[in-house]
Amino acid sequence: MTKAHVWRKPDGMSIVFVLLSVIILVFILAPLVKTVGSSSPGILWNTLLEEEVYFSVLLTVYAAVIATLVGLFLGVPLAYLLARHEFWGKRLLEGLIDVPIVIPHSAAGVALLFVFGSNFFAGGIFHTIGISFFNSVAGVVIAMMFVSIPFLIDSAKEGFKAVDVRLENVARSLGASPWSSFFRISLPLAWRSIFAGSVMMWARGASEFGAVLILAYYVPFFGHYARVAPILVADRFASFGLEYAQPVTAIVISISLIVFIVLRTIAYRGQKA
Amino acid sequence: MIVIKNLKVDVGDFLLQDINLTINSGEYFIILGPTGAGKTILLEAIAGLYPVLGGEVWIDGKEVIRLSPEKRRIGIVYQDYMLFSHLSVEENIAFGLKLRKCHKGKVKEKVNDIAEVMGITHLLHRKPQSLSGGEKQKVALARALVVEPAVLLLDEPLSALDPETKERMQSTLRDVHRRVGITVIHVTHDFEEAIALGHRVAVLNDGRVAQVGTPEEILRKPASEFVAHFALSRNIFNGEAEEGEDGHAFVDIGGIKLATVTELTGKVRLSLRPEDIIISKEPLHSTARNCIQGVVSDIAHRGAVVYVTVTLPPEFICLITRQAFEELELREEVSVWITFKASAVHVF
Repeated sequence: MTKAHVWRKPDGMSIVFVLLSVIILVFILAPLVKTVGSSSPGILWNTLLEEEVYFSVLLTVYAAVIATLVGLFLGVPLAYLLARHEFWGKRLLEGLIDVPIVIPHSAAGVALLFVFGSNFFAGGIFHTIGISFFNSVAGVVIAMMFVSIPFLIDSAKEGFKAVDVRLENVARSLGASPWSSFFRISLPLAWRSIFAGSVMMWARGASEFGAVLILAYYVPFFGHYARVAPILVADRFASFGLEYAQPVTAIVISISLIVFIVLRTIAYRGQKA
Repeated sequence: MIVIKNLKVDVGDFLLQDINLTINSGEYFIILGPTGAGKTILLEAIAGLYPVLGGEVWIDGKEVIRLSPEKRRIGIVYQDYMLFSHLSVEENIAFGLKLRKCHKGKVKEKVNDIAEVMGITHLLHRKPQSLSGGEKQKVALARALVVEPAVLLLDEPLSALDPETKERMQSTLRDVHRRVGITVIHVTHDFEEAIALGHRVAVLNDGRVAQVGTPEEILRKPASEFVAHFALSRNIFNGEAEEGEDGHAFVDIGGIKLATVTELTGKVRLSLRPEDIIISKEPLHSTARNCIQGVVSDIAHRGAVVYVTVTLPPEFICLITRQAFEELELREEVSVWITFKASAVHVF
């Protein structure tokens, strides 16, 4: 009953490509598996219950979620405009949006401080309404947002591009206002790309180190002081060494992996329905 | 009534300009033009979906050029259907009604009514992705018609369909137009479609309206190269199709009966490509079911080919190679036989 094809000697290119692929896959997976697998579940659990770790994880998840929500609110309209309109300087603008991805993130943090520090431009305005970005949760949020929003904008833009503008035309002809056609047609049809972009943005934001380090290293968070998880990992390694940093690292990797897999599964299931 | 005055639109590579058209209420109006003539953009400009440089569009006595599309009372159906893939067929059709804050029961009633007219009641709970091309086009039509627009704009609605479905959709369109009595503007590059469906036809050429008239007028006095080429490259007849069997039927075209392959009956048009006709001095014994005697009435040389007009009457234009022409030793007023297959005759 097997459907085996007639055996033929594999060609040289296939063999070489498979071997190279195995090497890169091992390179990607080995550190992750080794780190997570080296601690017993008991040790991991106890580490997670440490107040410092616990609040660090909460802060990271919470700030990345806020950053993503703000990113959705401000980034989706821009993505839509970019997908729908041609204008002079569009290429340049699209390049600029991706700049946060290519510059060193510590530099991004310094640059943010120059605008959002309380004695500077935007920071001053926010300061008068009681929001400070230096060593505060708000600072964590804008640092994460700055370095991760390109992922959301790019993905949402591709999503909107894939929605034929004539679908919106039909909706308009049927009596839909621009708002209505956007929320009933364009947004639902581009939703998977926007969701995928949000997942990427969240994941990238949650793993941000450099910009957060400059802007908001240690912040008051629900009556405690906390650092985001990537900084906590680095601090534990710097202060206490590899062995002590390992359980925290394992937790951070596990949580990232679980969230990522769950969200991707949701997105994938939507595709099948 | 739709009146278009001096409409001017930038299509990108060229301008649509001096577009002046009057379309009567209930008329089936065709805009015919070659691919790339800006036909779709003209429709979108009428619908308010494409910016115009100038001119006026009047819909039922109201100037709408500054109105947004949703306020113009137009329905638009595109070649590739443009169904909302995240909604069911029923939700697609109900889309416009729901925007109008229609009562729920009323929505259901209207959707069911139009679905029945279009013959798609059994599809209401399906998703658009699972439908065939013809079914999708019916859903798109139903969705546009259910909100009772003042005019229905059809953008190449048959071009994406296979020939058989296309023929059926053509009669569906004619039927629906008769039952609903709506004004239709239908753009196409297909000449046969135009003369099969249109009460009147406007020919678009080089960004301007080259000609407006009934299909007969357009065919008899073609004002553009595009139309003339078509008229010359087709034999077109009016006829009366008899009740046939198994899809075969005889069509009477004024004295002579042609064997054809069609399901249609009553008044029809026929077209026959000149290259599908064989000329011979003696009757041919072949499987081709049409073999008729006539007289050569005109000969026109066109390089390697020759157009030979054979009068029965009516006149048939035949295309043969120069070599065949010389072997047959054709001259005017020579008696010949013309032979063609029943399936070569296109009935519409």
